[in-house]
Amino acid sequence: MFRLIVFASFIVFSVTACVQGDSNVERGNRTQVLHIGNNAEPQGLDPHQVTGVNESYIVLALFEGLVSKHPATLEIQPGVAESWTVSDDGRVYTFSLRQNAKWSNGDAVTAHDFVWSWWRGLQPALGNQYVFMYFPIKNAERFFNGEVSDFSKVGVTAIDDFTLRVELANPTPYFLQLLDHYSTFPVHRATIEKWGEPDESYTRWTRPQNMVTNGPFELDDWRLNKHLIVRKSQTYWGADKVRLNKIVFYPYEVGPNEERLYRAGQLHYTSETSIDRLPWYYENKPHHVSIAPYAGTYIYRINNKKPHLKDKRVRQALAMSIDRETLIRTVLNGLFTPAYSIVPPGLLGYQPPQVFAYDPSAARNLLAQAGYPNGKGLPEIELQYNSSEQHRKIAIAIQQMWNKELGIKVRLQNKDWKVYLDDEATGNYEISRGSWIADYVDPNTFLDMWVSDSGINRTGWANPNFDKLVLKDAPSAKTRKARYKHFYDAETLLISDMPFIPIYTYSSHHFIHPSVNGMPPNIMNYYNWRYVYLDADWRAEPK
Amino acid sequence: MTVGNVIMDAEPGASLWADAWRRLKKNKLAVFGLLVLSVLIVIALLAPWIAPYGYEQQNLELGATPPSFAHWFGTDLFGRDMLTRVLYGGRVSLAVGLIATFVALVIGVTWGTIAGYLGGRTDAVMMRIVDALYALPFIIFIILLMVVFGRSVLLLFVAIGAVEWLTMARIVRAQVLSIRNQEFVEAARAMGLSTPHILAKHVVPNSLGPIIVYATLTVPQVMLLEAFLSFLGLGIQPPQSSWGLLISHGANVMEDSPWLLIFPGLALSLTLFALNFLGDGLRDALDPRVSKD
Amino acid sequence: MLRFVLVRLLQSIPVLFTVITATFFLIRQAPGGPFDADKPVIPAVKRALEAKYNLDLPMWQQYLNYLGDLLRGDMGPSFKYPGWAVHDLILSGLPATAELALYALLVAIIVGVLAGVCAALKPNTAQDYIPMSVAMLGICMPTFLLGPLLVLVFGFWLNWLPISGWGDLPGDKIMPSITLGAAYAAYVARLTRGGMLDVMSQDYIRTARAKGLPERVVVFKHALRGGLIPTIAFLGPAFAGLLAGSFVVETIFQIPGLGRFYVQAAFNRDYTMILGTTIFLSTLIIFFNLLSDLLATWMNPKLRHQLRGQSV
Repeated sequence: MFRLIVFASFIVFSVTACVQGDSNVERGNRTQVLHIGNNAEPQGLDPHQVTGVNESYIVLALFEGLVSKHPATLEIQPGVAESWTVSDDGRVYTFSLRQNAKWSNGDAVTAHDFVWSWWRGLQPALGNQYVFMYFPIKNAERFFNGEVSDFSKVGVTAIDDFTLRVELANPTPYFLQLLDHYSTFPVHRATIEKWGEPDESYTRWTRPQNMVTNGPFELDDWRLNKHLIVRKSQTYWGADKVRLNKIVFYPYEVGPNEERLYRAGQLHYTSETSIDRLPWYYENKPHHVSIAPYAGTYIYRINNKKPHLKDKRVRQALAMSIDRETLIRTVLNGLFTPAYSIVPPGLLGYQPPQVFAYDPSAARNLLAQAGYPNGKGLPEIELQYNSSEQHRKIAIAIQQMWNKELGIKVRLQNKDWKVYLDDEATGNYEISRGSWIADYVDPNTFLDMWVSDSGINRTGWANPNFDKLVLKDAPSAKTRKARYKHFYDAETLLISDMPFIPIYTYSSHHFIHPSVNGMPPNIMNYYNWRYVYLDADWRAEPK
Repeated sequence: MTVGNVIMDAEPGASLWADAWRRLKKNKLAVFGLLVLSVLIVIALLAPWIAPYGYEQQNLELGATPPSFAHWFGTDLFGRDMLTRVLYGGRVSLAVGLIATFVALVIGVTWGTIAGYLGGRTDAVMMRIVDALYALPFIIFIILLMVVFGRSVLLLFVAIGAVEWLTMARIVRAQVLSIRNQEFVEAARAMGLSTPHILAKHVVPNSLGPIIVYATLTVPQVMLLEAFLSFLGLGIQPPQSSWGLLISHGANVMEDSPWLLIFPGLALSLTLFALNFLGDGLRDALDPRVSKD
Repeated sequence: MLRFVLVRLLQSIPVLFTVITATFFLIRQAPGGPFDADKPVIPAVKRALEAKYNLDLPMWQQYLNYLGDLLRGDMGPSFKYPGWAVHDLILSGLPATAELALYALLVAIIVGVLAGVCAALKPNTAQDYIPMSVAMLGICMPTFLLGPLLVLVFGFWLNWLPISGWGDLPGDKIMPSITLGAAYAAYVARLTRGGMLDVMSQDYIRTARAKGLPERVVVFKHALRGGLIPTIAFLGPAFAGLLAGSFVVETIFQIPGLGRFYVQAAFNRDYTMILGTTIFLSTLIIFFNLLSDLLATWMNPKLRHQLRGQSV
């Protein structure tokens, strides 16, 4: 009988030793079909409802806003709007829409579509989590809150079919940036109304046969947990310049699994590299690795309300005793850049202040001054992080650094995502891992989160001077230089008080096949799919 | 045979165990298993004294290195000595594996025996409770446990014991059902022995086979479950570790640093092999039917 | 027989009801809600969302609403995937997961029973040690390790099998089925061996042998019946466990199944999805435990009268 088993298993394996065909990458390169690892199943495709990064990649393929961005420089460039003018006081934008911008069913994209879409985006019942993108527009916030019920009072009007006038409450230097955010994209009124109420979520308008979009691609196929395919739209105004025929988005979770699929030629692009595998790629396939600075900062929030963490010298000592260079070089395989500020250096020309540096002996002095020489008298500190391999590794290294340099005992505690969020929001923590990724390209997105009544602050830190600089002085500054000066002063205040510890500036890091063109790395990890194409004649050498 | 059984089992319990021990000693593999297991437990207990390094002692510049004279099992990403970490990991894994399995064993055997022996409505209610417990969402259950009772290692045993006894109860019940109408049990009933006595002296000993087999199978399962619970935030936290955690981290880097997977994996396998040899030996030794051989 | 099944089905109603009720109230106690995110939702938006999903009603009212909807066959919308109803999601993942679990179960039964019987026929010989050692390795090898290992060996080194997908390429179902089934096969092998050994020393087997029946008949007609009792008791919950445990395998091999929804719903606090998958799973558990008990009773000659007579 034993022999029977051996025989049976032999049969099974010889039968299955079948010949395997071309890989996705090889086939895709011939037919201009791009295969993208996209980390998770999209929550949905309604631009006014989705919130995640992976959803945004699909939505950016399907829709187009008034403006779009250059794939490399991120400069604003025309989208549905062919051109626009800004009034001298910076408060009135007048957009001229393309006459040839079309929905995928052939309808023209008009200024009325935008007015209706923005009205929809401001419906509270819709649950648009990015509704604040509209708030620079005059009366938009008040309309959303029900203080203004007449939408015609909101600063958006269709002058004619192809002219849209937008009036802002205050000059907002980054307003055009917001118009490339999917929450301000137009949606097709007739389609949405066909499948339900405008403010109803849970309708079928985003299903493949039903969906009408205005972007360079249209929805082709959507299989839950398998793939989502978009195909080139024939009605798109720039269709002649779109070179990809299809993009296949796979909901493959980042990590070792995604890396194996990439290695097997099933993906052109992974939504992240697998950090553990990086040394192998550096050695064997360096031209498959793409690493670029990313507008995000990895931080440790400190609960400023806890008695032993109230003293800013303790917080500074903690910040100054983390050897970021070594941490990144060894544990993180060189993937990120040490951060000593919250705004990543060079974001749209802004240079943050350098308030502190790695200095363990100064850190020890500060801790002693605070009354805890060599950590004596300081209770054990709990450091919480949400369950993830990378957060765990960083915490282990930092736990040891604090113990070695300061004599502080740190207890690590991982928590599942929602418990972690709940504890952070309710102040039930001592030190908590956190991060911030820019919503738009402007230092403001990193600074206004720390004002005293911000829901994202969560440290208990408040400083009226900081609030004034960020909320009043900076927005009313006349020049970019003056504005950045206010930001600089605000950030100096912030980092000197150290309500949180900056650890590193993020990188976007991907495995990307050398045949892929038109996806240059940029600080927003943004892709403009209409520029992407595949080069079937790519050569294995580094470019 | 049945009559012989009844008579033998009517003797004081001590001799049953003494007999079993005598038979177990004759089984070389079982003795070997017992020996290996004892050595593993002793090593785990002595870890703080025999480990060559501190389990939390890092050397970031060294990083992950293959086995060498300085580090017999190599080092991990943080330059920590893997031999030390496997030794310390054994403390957690063996404790969790043995204690949680014991908890599951006690609850499961009691529950299953009572349900199976009494039968009827009692059985129906008890086993439907088991069905319902299977169905409750486990992750939420664990998260709630932590919210209500905090995060202690003690809770880890409770959490694991609380889920692992279910299948044990089903297996025991099925076995008890199949023997409760056999002649020797009916004979015991006819002799007017009390139900607890019959259960303890006749029913359970005759169900020991599957109980022991399943108990030995539960140990490695529990050790791996511990790693999952640590992922949820219950159980041990870094820099402490366990075999289950070392294996799950090692699995991520098995192509680049296989030693991080192999050594904790070997430790776990060794324990399981030893346990199984011991379990098989115990089963044979305690089998009342072969007792007269 | 019919009565046995009917009684059990009636019993399952309160079980299901208890599970639904307990789950409904338990999940609300877990910290964090479905709309909590790193970037907190504007209070007005959160209120609107909660109103939309009736989360602002008193708990008992939500509960009654849910039961009412459920009776009408409506499990509600998913909070995490607002474009989909819970039953859409479950139905989309069910075929792949059910098929995977079935194949894994077949692997477990065929390999496990064969190995267990082999071992029990000649205990303490090579024919016992070799399959049992393999079985033990199978137990020590969690799916998150076995899957990638198989992928490396059969996918990359030998290039025999596709490394992902389900029904897309010939042979892509083999590795997932083996990965998921292996641990269960090991359990079945150990339990079968133990069960067979127990039975082989019993009187009726000795009698059968004494009657001069061929060994094959003795083993497969008589011994297997009693020897498989622990295995069958194990297989009931095992099948349900396979369904729930397919999460890891589905992630490794990119199978569009239910396991990922089941696990992620808990982490996302997607209340309706948790309830939906739990109801689904508990129905299966009840069904397979019933099947397993039925089989165990039927296989045991001494218990078969139960199927006709008295209640369970």
